[in-house]
Amino acid sequence: MHNSGLSPAKTVQSPPLWLLAELTYRCPLQCPYCSNPVDFARSGEELTTAQWIEVFRQARELGAAQLGFSGGEPLVRQDLAELVKAARDLGFYTNLITSGIGLTEKRITELSDAGLDHIQISFQAADEEVNNMLAGSKKAFAQKLAMAKAVKAAGYPMVLNFVTHRHNIDRMDRIIELCIELDADFVELATCQFYGWAELNRAALLPTREQLDRAEKVTQKWREKLAAENHPCKLIFVTPDYYEERPKACMNGWGSLFLDITPDGTALPCHSARQLPIKFPNVKEHSVQHIWQESFGFNKFRGFDWMPEPCRSCDEKEKDFGGCRCQAFMLTGDASNTDPVCSKSEHHGKILAAREQAEHAPLGVEQMVYRNEKMSNIIIKG
Amino acid sequence: MSEFNLDDCPRIRRGFRLQWEPVQNCDVLLYPEGMIQLNESAAHILKLVDGQRSIAQIIAQLQEQFPDVQGLDEDVLTFMGVAYAQFWLESC
Ligand code: SF4
Ligand code: SF4
Repeated sequence: MHNSGLSPAKTVQSPPLWLLAELTYRCPLQCPYCSNPVDFARSGEELTTAQWIEVFRQARELGAAQLGFSGGEPLVRQDLAELVKAARDLGFYTNLITSGIGLTEKRITELSDAGLDHIQISFQAADEEVNNMLAGSKKAFAQKLAMAKAVKAAGYPMVLNFVTHRHNIDRMDRIIELCIELDADFVELATCQFYGWAELNRAALLPTREQLDRAEKVTQKWREKLAAENHPCKLIFVTPDYYEERPKACMNGWGSLFLDITPDGTALPCHSARQLPIKFPNVKEHSVQHIWQESFGFNKFRGFDWMPEPCRSCDEKEKDFGGCRCQAFMLTGDASNTDPVCSKSEHHGKILAAREQAEHAPLGVEQMVYRNEKMSNIIIKG
Repeated sequence: MSEFNLDDCPRIRRGFRLQWEPVQNCDVLLYPEGMIQLNESAAHILKLVDGQRSIAQIIAQLQEQFPDVQGLDEDVLTFMGVAYAQFWLESC
């Protein structure tokens, strides 16, 4: 990149193709599997409109092409359309990732005029009652349905996202049916991953292996049916890594393509990295280029040199990069350990124990901690 | 696999966008939460997809642009097969 030929050649850093803008931690819902940090109530002041636009400009210059607006609930930000317009003018493909709460037909038109490319709506369940219970809101489901219809009516491609767990996964058939009724273009059926609030509630959320297998079969049947009808809807099924023997290639490698900017401007290599005992840089103090290429936090687990055994000498390290740093930290207390999902990890027993618990001693729904500011403050005080 | 005929007029599906990315030094197809890097011939074909030209006209136009290239029609048909099957394209 800055190779003048005089300085020793550095390996060229791949661009942050994916920029996630977590505009705010404010959210009217309280999902117990929310991946926001559990101490979000402690987060600093949100970036201003101008600060966000400057971040977009700099990231685009580095090569970012996909931009996700998320949160919290991004619709809480009154300047959302302005941000979308600025991003679109810079050449980003703009994705709005929303719970649908706060969406109105008027706002859909506004966002469409601003050039928004796509809207993803997340559902808690396919049944009104379960959905509302999980969301911690009585009106959430009806609002989501209405808005999914409005999004399609406005001509948008639509992704519907269902976070599945032991309390809704047995309804997979109905979930998919609902998505097809709503005319979704893509459906993400993602078993919740255990970060943030979901980690707190893991014992109540992790499905059993049998539940998972059944859900996967149902999904496969639907895929065949859709293919036979030449139906464009695509079903994406994400299994929880708790039932794998090898970890996922988390973020496709640390600092390799994903850049997350949190509401107060802290930059992270993945959306749960905030919990790691690493000081991450802030866009209020550093350029995006410095953050991506030079900062300590983004280089900490780049490449392979940081790896201890068994990853260091493992011939699969280029496939999974040793798994997820946050999961290693949460389950072993050391972020540089092998992800315990890997059966070669000496801590793999933790994963086996969680599966065991899902089978024999799960916690009930009523024992879950709901994500809200009050709970977050209690957690901070510890 | 999707069916298409030579006189179909394909257009890029709503929500999909063809764009030149200087940093990647290639054309890409952007879509909800994803991106595909296109090789040069795919990019040449896709740039002619405008909802007006038929597949036959796209082939003719490319043959004019690249008179020395052999088997252009097959390249286009193979690409169309993939693009329709992936639902990047739809007929008007
Ligand atoms: S997961 Fe639920 S609580 Fe968390 S930001 Fe999304 S809608 Fe809000
Ligand atoms: S030991 Fe490390 S590199 Fe090897 S498979 Fe397990 S996590 Fe991947």
